[in-house]
Amino acid sequence: MNNEAHRFAPIQRLLHWLMAACIIAMLFIGVGMVSTVTPEYPSLILIHETLGVTLLLLVAIRLALRLHYGAPRLPADLPHAIRLAARLSHLALYGFMIIMPLLGLGMLWAAAYPVVLLGGIQIPALLPQSDRAHTLLWNSHVYLGFTFFALVLLHVAAALFHALIRRDGVFRSIAPLPLRNTTAPAE
Amino acid sequence: MNNSGNMSRSGLGSLVVIAAVLGGAAAAFAYTAGWLSPGRLTPERMIAALAPPGGAPLGHRRNHAKGICFTGVFEANGNGRALSRAKVFERGNYPALGRFNLGTADPNAVDATVRVRGLGLQITAGGEEWRMAMINPPFFAVSTPQSFHDLLIASGKKDPDAMKTFIQANPEFAAFATWAKTAPWTASYAEEPYHGLNSFIFTDAEGGEHAVRWSLLPAAPVVPISQTELEKRGPDFLEQEIVERVRASGPQRWTMVTTVADPGDPTADPSKAWPEGRRTVQVGTLVVQQIEQERDGPCRDINFDPTVLPRGIRLSDDPFPAARSSVYRKSYDLRAAEASDYPRTGTAKP
Ligand code: HEM
Ligand code: HEM
Ligand code: HEM
Repeated sequence: MNNEAHRFAPIQRLLHWLMAACIIAMLFIGVGMVSTVTPEYPSLILIHETLGVTLLLLVAIRLALRLHYGAPRLPADLPHAIRLAARLSHLALYGFMIIMPLLGLGMLWAAAYPVVLLGGIQIPALLPQSDRAHTLLWNSHVYLGFTFFALVLLHVAAALFHALIRRDGVFRSIAPLPLRNTTAPAE
Repeated sequence: MNNSGNMSRSGLGSLVVIAAVLGGAAAAFAYTAGWLSPGRLTPERMIAALAPPGGAPLGHRRNHAKGICFTGVFEANGNGRALSRAKVFERGNYPALGRFNLGTADPNAVDATVRVRGLGLQITAGGEEWRMAMINPPFFAVSTPQSFHDLLIASGKKDPDAMKTFIQANPEFAAFATWAKTAPWTASYAEEPYHGLNSFIFTDAEGGEHAVRWSLLPAAPVVPISQTELEKRGPDFLEQEIVERVRASGPQRWTMVTTVADPGDPTADPSKAWPEGRRTVQVGTLVVQQIEQERDGPCRDINFDPTVLPRGIRLSDDPFPAARSSVYRKSYDLRAAEASDYPRTGTAKP
């Protein structure tokens, strides 16, 4: 790991933005599909489940890369509390990325409902049928889903705060394209 | 390094931008979730419309709440392969799980008061599941999920004009009303036909596609009985009868017949029966071998969602299976969460 780097490795940046777009799509598809009875419903469910499982695979790769490459240091002048908040919120975001697909899968398994993804890929059930487990997993998937969305909003607010107001290079560290450094951080 | 001390106009502008991004995202989320559109037909509204005046049957299916579970086999004769490459049509015997039921949201309804009888079925073949839920009328009451909702609302109203207005707006309902008045009643689940009504697309091994509907036709001879006579036999006669029939005379059988649409037949509207003379293929036999416990048995936690299909069968332009899938999921979520209102006993009578 290279603490001196000012930016995440390109593959980390790529995954961050790819997954961000997919997760935001997942959240919208999730609340959209459960509130409709139109003919789009089955396709939305299919996309939700397929993309959700794909994201579970991606987050595993992403965590491995994170352990390998590490992350750039936050600006030295950031207050201690903010750094802690940043670290904890990133930890929580990783947590949601792991737990949400597992809850989704578990909820279907506990309902003895087959999980068949796009392309006919079948995921075998790893949990026995149980109405209790189903209820717990379903409620968690719904409420953690909303919490995830709230946290993403907070994260976006913080990112924009760094990008537009502090202009401290934090946004640049993960920006999808190598932005020109217009802010001349103290070097 | 930072531009502190200069929280100028541009800083304020940036705050406005941030607020706008967050507000916009939250509003879009709320809109997508339907929170801003009370008129949207959601599964919740459909479930609410199904609830009887006394309130929803907690812990039970929100419709077809009364029923009894069974296990058996589906004996495929191989003929179905001409229409669909699904493994379930390959000659052979496949385990089946199902549930005879009454089309009512009241789990304690008197059998003779419920006109529509149904059958939920799950067949497992080659690791794939095929689920369906079928009823005894030969066509559905209405053309669209929205009109099913309107029917539930209208029939729940005290106002006698509500149904009149509904029928004016949904003339297809007349055929169903006639069926309800004139079709014979029977005193057995075993004497009923069960029709899938919805259209699906079968894909054969060559990739050819066929729009089909299917039915289960009973092997047991049909003995009509009057509604009053049935009522005299007791509120739960149908359950007692099927238990006794299987015990005394052994497995009960239904032939599964698929009907293939001609070009132009209405596939999107289950209230329109297809004309006589369409190609039919007998694909196998459902054999009900054993009646299972309802309260503690294997059907309880199954959602007979008609969109659970094996490869070789897919949805058509019929809007019902999608709507049903969404509403059945919600019904399942609710009843599973309410399990303590309908506790398992471990010793319940079958
Ligand atoms: C669903 C959406 C998103 C998720 C789950 C997510 C997740 C994460 C995580 C876990 C990190 C920490 C990386 C690490 O230290 O390993 C991170 C960093 C970051 N994200 Fe996101 N992100 C999302 C969307 C966004 C969006 C939309 C923006 C910008 C508007 C953004 C801007 C940033 C920035 C600037 C960083 C760098 C923080 C630093 O250097 O420590 N993210 N993101
Ligand atoms: C990043 C991953 C995921 C996110 C962010 C996510 C998010 C959501 C959201 C927001 C809802 C709507 C909750 C509601 O308003 O009731 C939902 C519902 C649902 N999700 Fe996910 N989900 C994810 C992964 C999965 C996976 C992997 C599966 C299954 C394989 C899954 C299956 C479902 C199902 C079946 C529902 C409907 C639940 C019900 O009401 O019965 N989800 N999801
Ligand atoms: C939009 C129209 C419909 C709605 C809203 C609706 C609603 C429901 C609901 C909420 C359940 C309970 C599901 C559960 O908790 O597992 C149910 C069960 C059932 N429905 Fe429907 N239904 C519709 C159309 C149909 C049609 C067209 C048929 C027949 C072709 C049908 C036949 C059945 C049967 C047989 C069951 C019982 C299945 C079982 O034993 O679990 N329904 N319906």
